[in-house]
Amino acid sequence: MPFNCHNDYKMKFSLDDEFPDLSQHNNHMAKVLTKEIYGKLRSKSTPSGFTLDDVIQTGVDNPGHPFIMTVGCVAGDEESYEVFKDLLDPVISDRHGGYKPTDKHKTDLNFENLKGGDDLDPNYVLSSRVRTGRSIKGFTLPPHNSRGERRGIEKLSIEALASLEGEFKGKYYPLEGMSDAEQEQLIADHFLFDKPVSPLLTCAGMARDWPDGRGIWHNDNKTFLVWVNEEDHLRVISMQKGGNMKEVFRRFCVGLQKIEEIFKKHNHGFMWNEHLGYILTCPSNLGTGLRGGVHVKLPKLSTHPKFEEILTRLRLQKRGTGGVDTASVGGVFDISNADRLGSSEVEQVQLVVDGVKLMVEMEKKLEKGESIDGMIPAQK
Amino acid sequence: MASSFSRVLSSKRNIGILSLVGGSVTAGFLLHREHVSAGAAVRRRYPASAEYPDLRKHNNCMASHLTPAIYSKLCDKATPNGYMLDQAIQTGVDNPGHPFIKTVGMVAGDEESYEVFADLLDPVIKERHNGYDPTTMKHPTDLDSSKIQSGHFDERYVLSSRVRTGRSIRGLSLPPACTRAERREVERVVVDALAGLKGDLSGRYYSLTQMTEKEQQQLIDDHFLFDKPVSPLLTCAGMARDWPDARGIWHNNEKTFLIWINEEDHTRVISMERGGNMRRVFERFCRGLKEVERLIQERGWEFMWNERLGYILTCPSNLGTGLRAGVHVKLPLLSKDARFSKILDNLRLQKRGTGGVDTAAVGGVFDISNLDRLGHSEVQLVQTVIDGVNYLIECEKRLERGQDIKVPPPLKQFK
Repeated sequence: MPFNCHNDYKMKFSLDDEFPDLSQHNNHMAKVLTKEIYGKLRSKSTPSGFTLDDVIQTGVDNPGHPFIMTVGCVAGDEESYEVFKDLLDPVISDRHGGYKPTDKHKTDLNFENLKGGDDLDPNYVLSSRVRTGRSIKGFTLPPHNSRGERRGIEKLSIEALASLEGEFKGKYYPLEGMSDAEQEQLIADHFLFDKPVSPLLTCAGMARDWPDGRGIWHNDNKTFLVWVNEEDHLRVISMQKGGNMKEVFRRFCVGLQKIEEIFKKHNHGFMWNEHLGYILTCPSNLGTGLRGGVHVKLPKLSTHPKFEEILTRLRLQKRGTGGVDTASVGGVFDISNADRLGSSEVEQVQLVVDGVKLMVEMEKKLEKGESIDGMIPAQK
Repeated sequence: MASSFSRVLSSKRNIGILSLVGGSVTAGFLLHREHVSAGAAVRRRYPASAEYPDLRKHNNCMASHLTPAIYSKLCDKATPNGYMLDQAIQTGVDNPGHPFIKTVGMVAGDEESYEVFADLLDPVIKERHNGYDPTTMKHPTDLDSSKIQSGHFDERYVLSSRVRTGRSIRGLSLPPACTRAERREVERVVVDALAGLKGDLSGRYYSLTQMTEKEQQQLIDDHFLFDKPVSPLLTCAGMARDWPDARGIWHNNEKTFLIWINEEDHTRVISMERGGNMRRVFERFCRGLKEVERLIQERGWEFMWNERLGYILTCPSNLGTGLRAGVHVKLPLLSKDARFSKILDNLRLQKRGTGGVDTAAVGGVFDISNLDRLGHSEVQLVQTVIDGVNYLIECEKRLERGQDIKVPPPLKQFK
C-alpha cells in the first residue's frame, strides 16, 4: 500500500491543483498523460484500491533520462490494465511498437518450435540465459501488496517449487535469515538479488518491508532459478555457460509449465489474457515478459559504425554484462531480444539465436580484416 | 477573499478540530465514513497477525512499542484523510535502525495521526522525549526572547549561531501524506504570508522548480539550498514524492532569516548569523515566527498546535518546540577529553559534525545544540544552550591553561 492518501479525500481538490507538473519529463507516461486523461481517471480505483496517482508516482518522481525512455508507470494489480486503460493503452502502444488495444498476443512455450540454437560458438558466446516474470492471480502486485499478501505469495511459491523433481529438484533460500555462507555462495553463483536501489523501483513502492517475503529458489544443478517477490511476484530464469540456447530454452519452457500446473492446482494460476499476454508489474514486460540473451564477445563488431543499426534491424538490444544500465567490459556484451509484446516466446528466442549467430559470423569476418557490408540484414 | 479551496478546507479543518476536541476520533472518522471507499476493507484479506511486520532485527522506537496487540487494534483505523497505520510505520519497517542510534521509526501523515494512532505514538513519544507523558503532561510554549539571560558568546570560540524549528499549517496533510494540491496550497499560503514581512525581515522566495542556475549557485554558496532527500528514513516515508513540485526557499535580504517550504515539514524556519550573538538570533527567530503567524492568521490559517504536544510536526522527535538551537564552536582540547560526552549529556546538549546530523567534526569545530524538544519551552531550551555552551567554552579555556575541568551535575528534567 503506497503513500497516496485515500482517493476520495483527494477528489475534493481541483484537477488543476492535482495534475502533476510533467514539463521536465521524458518518459512514456509523461508523453501520454494529458490533463483530460488525468481528469477522467483520477476518481477511479481498482477493486483493491490502487489509484491513478499510485500508477504514475514513479514517473512523476523520475523525470527520465535524456536518452533512454523509461515507462514511468506501473500496475498495482491485474485490474490496473483495465481501469486505467486510457493511460496504459497508449503507453503500451508507444513502448511496444504500435501495439493496438485490439491486438492479440501469441503465447508459444513449445520449445520444439525453436530452430537451431544449439550451435552458437562457445569461443564467442560465453553464456546463455532466458528470463521471464509471472504474476499469481488473486494477489496484488509488488507496488501495492501488503505484507500478508507478499507472505502468501512466498508461501504458495515455496510449496509449488518444493514439489518439482528430477532436473528441477531444488531448494528455497529466504532472504530473511540467510546464513553468511549461503549468502556468499549465492553471490558467487551470481544468483543473489539485492534490495532495489533504483528510484524507478523504490518510488513505485516495490522495496517496502524488505526483505520480508523475499527469497531465491534454485535447482541443485544451478541452471534454473526463481526470484520471489523482487520486482514481480516471480522471476524465472534458466541459464548455463556456453552457447546452447536451445537447451536453456527447453529447460525454461518445461520448468515454467510445471510450475504453472502446480499453481493452477492451488487455484492461483498465472495472470494472463489474450490481449496483453502475461501480466507483470511494469508495462514494458507485458506479453512474454521474456528476455533471452547471451554474453558474447564482439570487440570488433561493437566498434563498427553499423553496430547499432544491425542490432535494431535484428530486433535486439545490447547491455553491459552487469545487466541493465551497465557498461560492457572487454568487448563482451549482453545481447537480447528487444520485443516483449506482440510476438511469442519462440519467435523472440529465435530472433536471438539467429541474430547472435549472424553477429558472431560478422565478428569472425572482421577478425580476418574482411568487410561485413554484404551481411547487413534487412529489418526483421 | 477566501478561495473555494480554503472554503472546502475550512469545513475539513473544523471536522479535524472537532475530532480532536471531541475526545474520540471515531466521530471524525464516522463523519467521513461514506467518503472512505471500500478500498481498504476489500483489501484486507489477511488477519492482523499475518500483516504484523517482522521487527526482530529492528532497533527504533516504533519497533520497541508496536506489539501485535497494538497493531491489531490500530491497523484498520484511518484518519479522516485516509492515512493508515501501515503508512505511518513504513519508514521504521524499511529502516531497521542503527546499532548505536535509535531512530524514531514512524511519522505522522496529518494532525489527526497523533490522535488516531495514540496507542502507539504516546509510548514512542514518551521514550523519545525522556519520559514526557503526553497523556498527562502539558507542553509549555514561550517565544518571549526578552527572558533570555546573557547569550553573546566569546567569538574566539563560537563561529556561528543558529536556531531552527518547524511549523505545520493546520488543515493540510503533512509531507508523508499530502497530495500535490495540498503541498501547493502550503506553498501558496506561506509564500503569500512571507510577502508581508517588512524591515530586516523582508525578503523573497525561490521556488525549486523555477530557480535559475545563477540563483541556485548563490543559494548553494550561502549554504541555504536544500536538496531532494536521499536518506531512506525520509524517502521510505514518502516525503520526497513529486520532487521538486511546490518546494522552495525563502530568505530575507540580509540572509539571516530563512524558511524552507515543503521539505521534511510544511515549513522549517531558521534564524542564523555568523558569530556568537545567540541572543539576537533568538530575538529575530521569535519576532519572525510571531509575524509569520500573524500574517497567516489574517488569511484564515493557523499553525498546528495543541497543549499536550506543542507544535505538531511530521516526525515525533520534533514535537513540542521543534527547536534546535546551536552553535559552531571550536573545542579542540575539550573534544579530546574523555569526559566530553558526559559533560554534554549532563548539560542536555548533543554534538554533531559541522555538516549537520550524521556528519563528523572537522578541525575540532563542533555543532553543539539542545537535546530536548518537548516538555521545555523555547526560552528554556535556548537558555540551556547558552548556559551549556558558556560552560564548554570555560572548560576549553581551562584546558588551554593546563587547568582541570569538572563534569557538571545533570540538569533536572521537567521543572
